[in-house]
Amino acid sequence: METIFQGLVSAVRLIAGFNPELLGIIFLSLQVSGLALGAASALGLPLAALLALKRFPLRGLLLGLLNTGMGLPPVVVGLLLYLILSRSGPLGFLELLYTPGAMIIAQTILAFPIVTSLSHAAIVGVDPVIRLAAQTLGATPRQEAAAVVREARYGIGAAVIAAFGRVSAEVGAVLMVGGNIAHYTRVMTTAIALETDKGNFDLGIALGIILLTLSLLVTVALRAVQRRGRAPTGVRLWD
Amino acid sequence: MGLTVQLHKIAKAYQGNRILADCSYTFAAGGAYILMGDNGSGKSTLFRLAALLEPPDQGEVRYLQGDLTLPPDITLKRRLTMVFPRVGVFSRSVSENVAYGLKIRGLPRDRVREQVARALEEVALSHKTHQPAATLSSGETMRLGLARALAVEPEVLFLDEPTTHIDRANTRLIEDCLLQTLRERALTLILITHDPAQAHRLGGRRLLLQEGRIVEVD
Repeated sequence: METIFQGLVSAVRLIAGFNPELLGIIFLSLQVSGLALGAASALGLPLAALLALKRFPLRGLLLGLLNTGMGLPPVVVGLLLYLILSRSGPLGFLELLYTPGAMIIAQTILAFPIVTSLSHAAIVGVDPVIRLAAQTLGATPRQEAAAVVREARYGIGAAVIAAFGRVSAEVGAVLMVGGNIAHYTRVMTTAIALETDKGNFDLGIALGIILLTLSLLVTVALRAVQRRGRAPTGVRLWD
Repeated sequence: MGLTVQLHKIAKAYQGNRILADCSYTFAAGGAYILMGDNGSGKSTLFRLAALLEPPDQGEVRYLQGDLTLPPDITLKRRLTMVFPRVGVFSRSVSENVAYGLKIRGLPRDRVREQVARALEEVALSHKTHQPAATLSSGETMRLGLARALAVEPEVLFLDEPTTHIDRANTRLIEDCLLQTLRERALTLILITHDPAQAHRLGGRRLLLQEGRIVEVD
């Protein structure tokens, strides 16, 4: 109990004193997760729109794979990526293993199915009369699609936030492909694991507090987005 | 001048259920037509085919400008518009909803603003310009749908039961707006209603859709 209390006091001191090591780890964590989320969104959102608005062969299979991918175990992603990026692997020549680049790829793989699958659900959920309205007002197929995607914006926002929550709290994959190298690939989750192993609870607890705060902020943002999305759509048949 | 809409022996069936059969009619440019018929008689199907939203199984829908038959491309589709009983309003403000059709046509901002203001005035919604469209009543939502359609200055306007679910005051506002539009613009109006009195008030040619074919009432 005393250890926890002392750890908490020291952790608060570290946070309040803007400890450079702590700040470095937080900054790298946000950078890796932010870039991974950007990449996953850039790839996933067009695919989600395509899957929601077009019918084409193997669409069902693709959707099934994406839904399965939402539950991808991070350690499996880490293992596969390790094998691909290791010196003897097919992409070993890129020398990405144990770099932030490898961590970004790992988190992109984890975020991609979440962004795509949840955004697809949001776009599919848009009332069909919206598409029809755009069509009757003279929209081209592309403008029609844009109108529908725009209506799904809150759902898409929630998908991106949910993916951020998942990747920022992930430890298995980034540990395996990043290597937890101090000042280079050490992020919040891997640092917590390491500091706990070393019995250095101050930094671990401080990072834990930051990570929990981040999770809380993600949850608050998610709820705010979902509340906005639940606002009336304006399609009324009667009062 | 307006456009002439010609239905030539069109037929449509859904899952083997025949809705329209060998249906022909010419809606002359600048005319007003009131289409009536029982529920399920195929009025809305006829609208979707005539408005080029889906192709007929057989026959042809032609748009004529004078003697010239126009190709069914996006240029033609932007000269006609349609309002359904369920107005799908975008989750934006009233003015942004009306501006949508103008913006996708790439009109300059000044002209968009001008046409939006005029259309909202025509349906007596100017006082709700900046309000979220989702907060409008059903009658106001229908008026918004009409404003959005009128803003793009269509040459053919299809209205599918625009007053079925709304009160008398809103019905009157919509009818007044339509009468004024018909007086001021070269527009071909085709309107579906179940209300013979409304058909009388609007004064167009009354048509009845019966057994998949159009019959003139008077």
